[in-house]
Amino acid sequence: MIDPKVLERHGLKPDEYDRIVAFMGRDPNLTELGIFSVMWSEHCSYKSSRVHLKTLPTGGPQVLQGPGENAGAVDIGEGLAAVFKIESHNHPSFIEPYQGAATGVGGIIRDIFTMGARPIALLNSLRFGSLEEPATRRILEGVVAGIAGYGNSIGIPTVGGEIAFEPSYAGNPLVNVFCLGIAKATDIIKGVAEGAGNAVYYVGAKTGRDGIHGATMASAEFDDKSAEKRPAVQVGDPFMEKLLLEACLEVMKTDTLIGIQDMGAAGLTCSTTEMGSRGGAGVEIDVALVPQRETGMTPYEIMLSESQERMLLVVKPGREAEVERIFEKWDLHASRIGKVTTDGLLRVKENGMVVAEIPNRALTDEAPVYERPMSKPEYLAEVQKLDLDALGARDARLRDDNAALLALLGSPAIGSKRWVYRQYDHMVRTNTVNMPGMGAGVVRIKDTDRALAMSVDGNGRYCYLDPRRGAMLAVAEAARNVACAGAKPLAATNCLNFGNPERPGIMWQFGQAVDGIGEACRALDTPITGGNVSLYNETDGQSIYPTPVIGVVGLLEHADRVVSRCFRSAGDAIVLLGEGRGELGGSEYLKVAHGLVQGGPPSLDLKAERALQDLLVELASARLMRSAHDCSDGGLAVTLAECTFDTGGIGADVAIDDVKVAGSADTNRAAALFGESASRVVVSVVPDAAAGVLKRAKAAGVPARVIGQTGGHDLRIAVGGHVAVAVAVSDAERVWSSAVEHYFAKQVA
Amino acid sequence: MKFGIVVFPGSNCDHDAYHATKHVLGQDAEFLWHKDTDLKGADVLMLPGGFSYGDYLRTGAIARFSPIMREVQSFAAKGGPVLGICNGFQILLEAGLIPGAMLRNRGVKFVCQQVHLRVEQTDTPFTCAARKGQVLKMPIAHGEGNYFAEPAVIAKLEANRQVIFRYVTAAGEVTDEANPNGSLAGIAGLCNEARNVVGLMPHPERACESALGSADGLVILESAVQSIKSGVLVARA
Repeated sequence: MIDPKVLERHGLKPDEYDRIVAFMGRDPNLTELGIFSVMWSEHCSYKSSRVHLKTLPTGGPQVLQGPGENAGAVDIGEGLAAVFKIESHNHPSFIEPYQGAATGVGGIIRDIFTMGARPIALLNSLRFGSLEEPATRRILEGVVAGIAGYGNSIGIPTVGGEIAFEPSYAGNPLVNVFCLGIAKATDIIKGVAEGAGNAVYYVGAKTGRDGIHGATMASAEFDDKSAEKRPAVQVGDPFMEKLLLEACLEVMKTDTLIGIQDMGAAGLTCSTTEMGSRGGAGVEIDVALVPQRETGMTPYEIMLSESQERMLLVVKPGREAEVERIFEKWDLHASRIGKVTTDGLLRVKENGMVVAEIPNRALTDEAPVYERPMSKPEYLAEVQKLDLDALGARDARLRDDNAALLALLGSPAIGSKRWVYRQYDHMVRTNTVNMPGMGAGVVRIKDTDRALAMSVDGNGRYCYLDPRRGAMLAVAEAARNVACAGAKPLAATNCLNFGNPERPGIMWQFGQAVDGIGEACRALDTPITGGNVSLYNETDGQSIYPTPVIGVVGLLEHADRVVSRCFRSAGDAIVLLGEGRGELGGSEYLKVAHGLVQGGPPSLDLKAERALQDLLVELASARLMRSAHDCSDGGLAVTLAECTFDTGGIGADVAIDDVKVAGSADTNRAAALFGESASRVVVSVVPDAAAGVLKRAKAAGVPARVIGQTGGHDLRIAVGGHVAVAVAVSDAERVWSSAVEHYFAKQVA
Repeated sequence: MKFGIVVFPGSNCDHDAYHATKHVLGQDAEFLWHKDTDLKGADVLMLPGGFSYGDYLRTGAIARFSPIMREVQSFAAKGGPVLGICNGFQILLEAGLIPGAMLRNRGVKFVCQQVHLRVEQTDTPFTCAARKGQVLKMPIAHGEGNYFAEPAVIAKLEANRQVIFRYVTAAGEVTDEANPNGSLAGIAGLCNEARNVVGLMPHPERACESALGSADGLVILESAVQSIKSGVLVARA
């Protein structure tokens, strides 16, 4: 009955099947095979990535929970913990954008409240193809509406995020969602099953046939038949999740639970085996007791269903009635479906008859681990070459630097994402002190003086050109954004989006990126406390840009010292921290002005980066910065322009030095204005404070100088003594504000 | 004095209303569970924002059948002050306490942003501390806030001075651009004929601290305190 075709349908290789038979001492039945297939899928087992992930730094005095649980946790003082993680929902979002994105939000929220934390903020990192394509606009609209539909309804604010557009994501959009919650440090609950005989409860939505083999789908490439996989996408019910969230948090306060876990990928299978495995125990359930939405479901279907909004609980003996009562209050019914055993087996019964019996270890710790072959892809040598003297003329429409600046501000990558974030409720819970578009998202923690800043960042183009440095730059940028808000970066979470790991070139990108993340996180003292790997992001053999996305969480000891990107008043001194080297490789400028994705990404000195970030935290704490904004896409000129937006038209007059990177004066000026050298931040300070800021910068070893002052209604930038940019802030802001919006122009208000 | 904040399944601004009344305003506040029938001695009732019952049938359509709504109705009938915010406003409409209905925003999409409101009338328990014509900045966050009623109903609302808030520019002008959802006559908030029940789509409870972008919403909650203290409108639960 189990022939090669059945194996292929389950995404299992023949040698993996042999391994299963060896563990079982017999051929598995179909239900058992299904269970193995999801637990050994790339999505659940991390079989290709595990050897690399092991090299990441995960510890530190601030870490309360590292990888391995539903989410990571860090100490934020006053007895509190920040619990956070990022997760991808790329594959489902391509097939069905609204529900794919919505259930991605639902899944990450469950991961957070499963730990006993109340979720208080969401972020997302999205990648799409070119907005010129109608298909991209349709996917973007669906994804944004799905995120909004779920997050708004459940009442957790989406306080920030980032979006980029590159053709490589046209057939494979990326939807990475980050959630953060707060718990008392002593109240963190784990996903563990312990104590023989203890009751195992199921609560939440009924189980249906939706999402069967979702984890397997997420572990394969797409082709033109992918739309047929639509039934493998789940449907979200944020109202059900809101009830589950409130009821679970209420139950958790009663100290009646041994452990709790949500049913995400691989549903009931994954939650039962992982809980048993963590507790060194077995779990026995009877599928006939599982609440079902449809009739005639087989044990195979029930075990593999990925119906959303379901939780599995192990309850302390004698406390069952208390738990049931709380769920009833919320009109939820907790069903006792099994018990904890001592034999270390996952045992599935149907009306008392055993239909599957597998050692937990075979499904978890003993799942296959691959050291996939890696080799440096050939395309790299070609794309890393960049001869600035051979650039040729830039796009004819960009006749001068003003026009180039406006073109950059109007590109969807750089332009305002207001069209997107106004669809997200970013204020509910009344904690948001730095709104979307202002830099890192910042939420205050009520009943304390504190606030948490968070940012998600990644640059697929940089990683395509140099995966290792690109990944390091992503870590640096996320941490820098947090530091710009005045918060000390504490820890990180990563979402690693790559192509097919069975290709040595892709695996090399993956290995390089993980190395880069590890090095940067060690240098910046932001250990990785958890995350997610999404492989097989390919359609018809075309891989996405390698796209590690990094989320960093930082702590502000005083919420009222938060800093945003906007200039505050005329007459302030503008200070540039860090040094520009005119690096144009991989820049947005090369892409927009010359249509080139070429060169190595900017260099990164992690020691200098760390010094810069420490200085930012120090300046914010001393209330010396009135605004702070980091230089990234589009370089210094774009950063300065963004500092003037949303200020009511406060302009700036700035003079910077020439750089010499090419023979042509035009190229040198462009490099000074639009080069994307890392570790730079534009800060505004009251004039009297400028000397003090420079002194502190010197003591910290951070290059710093006053480059101009705020005021007037124009942005003027002189390079090497000649005015290169002179635009009215209102004109520039109009271009920037409508960069994304104008693609959806028919919809007003 | 005491604010009673009704919690429906799916309410998600209940904690925000509690924080604003209890911690910012320094008044008593208590949650009232929708299955309860005891108003616990509240002087003022608040129906908070959110997605009661997931808003799955129509916004507010199921919540109005919650047991506590009978008590809310009779409290309102006795002249007790009731404030419905966002989803709470939608529930008041569904319950027939205020006439009219909400349609999908004219731009179809959910909109979360700061808007400006003009206080049109000050003889309600939620505007008595404000100036007539005062412009307040506070956020909206809704997908269905496009107020609709038959022309005859609108005419009657205007004649009775039941339009309490209108969307305006920062300078206080009613314009189409200042109207974020397409509401008829720029209507952002209304009261009942007896003027003790007020509903509005914008969120005053989110605009009570300058750190959050505006403290203009405080005047609405302070009005409730003032009206109870002055004893003009008294109906004890």
